Amino acid sequence: MGGAVAHSVDRAGGGVTDRPLVEELWLFLGDPQTWWGPASIPLRLAEHLLLSAVAVIIAAALVIPPALWAAHRRRGVVAAAAVVNIGRAVPTFGILVIVVVWLGLGPWPALVALVALSGPPMFTNTVAGVLAVDPAVLESAWGMGMTGRTVLMKVEAPLALPVIAEGVRIAISQVIATATLAALAAGGGLGRFIVDGFAKRDQGELLIGAVLVASVAVVAEMIFTRGQRRLVPSHTSTEGSR
Amino acid sequence: MNWEWVGRNWIAIVERTWEHIFLTGVAVVVGTVIAIGLAVVAVRRRRWYGPITSVTNILYTVPSLALFAFLVPFTGLSTLTSEIGLVSYTLLIIVRNTVAGIDGVSQGVREAADGMGFTPRRRFWKAEFPLALPVIMAGIRIASVTTVGLVTITAILGQGGLGYFILAGLRSFFWTQIIIGTVGSVLLAVVIDVGLLWVERLLTPWTGRAAV
Repeated sequence: MGGAVAHSVDRAGGGVTDRPLVEELWLFLGDPQTWWGPASIPLRLAEHLLLSAVAVIIAAALVIPPALWAAHRRRGVVAAAAVVNIGRAVPTFGILVIVVVWLGLGPWPALVALVALSGPPMFTNTVAGVLAVDPAVLESAWGMGMTGRTVLMKVEAPLALPVIAEGVRIAISQVIATATLAALAAGGGLGRFIVDGFAKRDQGELLIGAVLVASVAVVAEMIFTRGQRRLVPSHTSTEGSR
Repeated sequence: MNWEWVGRNWIAIVERTWEHIFLTGVAVVVGTVIAIGLAVVAVRRRRWYGPITSVTNILYTVPSLALFAFLVPFTGLSTLTSEIGLVSYTLLIIVRNTVAGIDGVSQGVREAADGMGFTPRRRFWKAEFPLALPVIMAGIRIASVTTVGLVTITAILGQGGLGYFILAGLRSFFWTQIIIGTVGSVLLAVVIDVGLLWVERLLTPWTGRAAV
């Protein structure tokens, strides 16, 4: 029992100084490398956002068109339900590690993992959105002599848009969260500060990393929710998975 | 797949499985109690519903690794850190489902309860809450399955249940550990989901087999 000074005494053997949190924060924030250079906050933020954006765009391009088509033909309903159930049970961390060990370290394996993880919510929401279109509306569309393609593009897709947008929103917040984990295995992104903070026992870096990642996730969610409301005045929401 | 490794380490696998179940169980039980409390407040005082879902939604949005990292300077590499993080992810889903379940109880039932002279408290616990149970249980099942996946991330705090093997396998590039951790976690999620479905049927015998 060292009383009040116990916190700043050297750890036995390790030689690591367990400085007070405020001091560690101050040291991290005062370091010029935090603000400029290859491991700086602006660069890590850019990496994080770029990785997330590219992953969601690729996944959307790969997944939404076939999902629209499958739902239009009333196929893939069972598959969509299965994807939701299994997807929820598979740990993101495990998938990420499997892809990284399979393809090697670096940003590309992380991208593959992020694409794979952001696909399912967009797929299931697209299918659910198309299937939820009022049958009466569909009947009148067919009755007007629309072809299958026109029904899909002019009726089903626009009416399903709110639910599809919700799927994209879920995918975005999932990808931003998983891009953090990507630092454990691959390299870049804001998760780097958290992983390095753990490795170096630097609580200042750890805390700043956590606050940065949390802010990015919450701000992205807010921006997208607002955009979604503008896109469709009365949006319906569906349950997502993490 | 190196079965010899599995044979040599099965005791560790069993221990990590129990740790996984323990971390998940505590988080879901504590999360359920808090979430149902919040939902009861939200049902009685409607204007609290917005703030409660906003706060729980923010907790749900914050990436788990960030939440754990944020807590470490204060609560250390402890089970408490893991549990605070895990509990906070269960809240949104259970609160939302509980409120939706209670709102879904038909007006006729409420009037019948009132007509029988039930006090509001009695009406809530004897009529509204039991009838909302299937929807609440659906929320608890989603929260449990999500938690099983999130527990793997607590490996970075020195726990992780089966996630311990995923992190160890990542560090040594050893496939067997990664597969054991990931597949084990999926199987555990499925077992817990089926178990909760069974509990739900016991608690709500009147719904029969239709409410799967």
